[in-house]
Amino acid sequence: MNNNKVIQVEGLTKMFGDFTAVDAITFDVEKGEIFGFLGANGAGKTTAMKMLIGISKPTSGRATVAGFDVFTNTEDIKKNIGYMSQKFALYDDLTVKENITFFGGIYGLSRKKIKEKSDTLIEELGLKKVANTLVGALPLGWKQKLSFSVSLIHDPKIVFLDEPTGGVDPITRRQFWEMIYKAANQGTTVFVTTHYMDEAEYCDRVSIMVNGKIEALDTPKKLKEQFEAANMNDVFLKLARG
Amino acid sequence: MKRFIGFIKKEFFHIFRDRRSLFILFGMPIAQILLFGFAITNEINNVDIAILDHSKDATTKEIINKISASKYFTIKQMVVREADIASVFKKGQVKAVLNFEKDFSKNLIKDNKATVQIITDATDPNIANTISNYVNAILQKYQKELNKDITIAYQIIPETRMVYNPELKSVYMFVPGVMTIILMLVSAMMTSISITREKELGTMEILLVSPIKPFQVIIGKVFPYIFLSIINAVVIVMLSIFIFNMPVQGSLFLLGIESVLFIISALALGILISTISETQQTAMMISLMGLMLPVILLSGFIFPISSMPEPLQIISHIIPAKWFIIIIKGIMLKGVGIQFIWKETLILLVMTVFFIGLSVKKYKIRLE
Repeated sequence: MNNNKVIQVEGLTKMFGDFTAVDAITFDVEKGEIFGFLGANGAGKTTAMKMLIGISKPTSGRATVAGFDVFTNTEDIKKNIGYMSQKFALYDDLTVKENITFFGGIYGLSRKKIKEKSDTLIEELGLKKVANTLVGALPLGWKQKLSFSVSLIHDPKIVFLDEPTGGVDPITRRQFWEMIYKAANQGTTVFVTTHYMDEAEYCDRVSIMVNGKIEALDTPKKLKEQFEAANMNDVFLKLARG
Repeated sequence: MKRFIGFIKKEFFHIFRDRRSLFILFGMPIAQILLFGFAITNEINNVDIAILDHSKDATTKEIINKISASKYFTIKQMVVREADIASVFKKGQVKAVLNFEKDFSKNLIKDNKATVQIITDATDPNIANTISNYVNAILQKYQKELNKDITIAYQIIPETRMVYNPELKSVYMFVPGVMTIILMLVSAMMTSISITREKELGTMEILLVSPIKPFQVIIGKVFPYIFLSIINAVVIVMLSIFIFNMPVQGSLFLLGIESVLFIISALALGILISTISETQQTAMMISLMGLMLPVILLSGFIFPISSMPEPLQIISHIIPAKWFIIIIKGIMLKGVGIQFIWKETLILLVMTVFFIGLSVKKYKIRLE
């Protein structure tokens, strides 16, 4: 196995009865890469991602995440990945600090480590003043950034982001992507699904799913050349229209 | 273990920061017990009645005195004419009118027989019944006093004795029922809501992706409610002992064990509900309709099961609350030990195991 490939997927398929939600997808993701996972609603992105993070059993195919098999080793996968869902998913009725402590706790960090992490995290995000404020009272952008940081609290090898920037203003989106870059520079692999085609340009490589299949996979630059498009939006439209 | 403690801590934050759940948890039990204890009662006290006395002799005076001396009745007015009775009732001033016939005393001496008519306002049949029973009792007692010296052969005097609740206090009947309702509400409804809340907010997904195991999540969510339910049970028993002077005849230890068993069965139901509902509202509706209504209507708490139609009696068997009420009534009022309630306990235990099994299975299916 190539150690640089943190995600390896081969012919991964998920069927719900007769319906094939994910149809034999094959791809690799390298360490430290920002991998954009694109597709229209209902194309099978979320289902594919759920198989990779170990909460949905694939019907057939093969896949390893962080070196662990998605059929047999989901527990080990869970320890090595971070996940941020499209719904904002911190506890509104807990303070910033309590949220960090709680999530640090369920990932099994020691008390000392949690304290350390929580201090640096609050410092970096500039949340010092609101550290003891209920998260529910914070603006969405702050919550989103906090949520991302919390998903990285146990220094996972890979972080899965499911449409992380939905409903966020452009400035916050910009800052959010800076955080993603920072994480990638530190060696974390980022697997991100998104609706925003301009965000696809920020990714190292992009795959585009249509009807359960991966129809295109390459760097944004090469994809634009291949489809003779000015931007990713056009690439996507050309693909989606078939 | 450390994960678990962190999880439970978080759960308590949720509960204590939400005024609504705090109210349901602690306001409701106290309010219900006090309401049922003081306001909703089958006993009558100081009922207003009117008297129409056609004879106005020594005997009727004595009877009237006895009635007004009892704490049950207050004589509100004297009616003069028969025709006024209807209007007195219509104005709603009194609940009953006693109508003494003419020459009451004379008749009594001459014929050994005199008549007094008890007219009650039966818009509330229970109260009407109780009033007439109470008046009857007072009359009987008076009659006995009169007949003290005369011996009549072959007289059957039924002597009723109410055991276990000699004063017929309705609070005795309500405490076990309210306790059942509260434990059901707190355990089943609150847990199902708190689990579906995590689903609704999307945090459940995050928890499932984390290394914490699904059953740890469930136990972590349920544990605080076991704890709070036990506190509630203790509060209810304390209230009934110290405010309503209702003694607990049997063993408090046994009562505690049985309560924990019932709490666990209710929690399992709560988990079951949370697996089939996607939103907090659905969870609440299912808990209220599916659990609370049967508990109130079919458990024998308010309406006696033996007088229900056959199909409903059969349905009542599958309601855990019914068995729990039998058990705690036995312990609290009759002071029985486990040898008299082992059958009910066993049924409850089997039900609990079944619900736990079912909810575990359902929960697993949902994860697939």
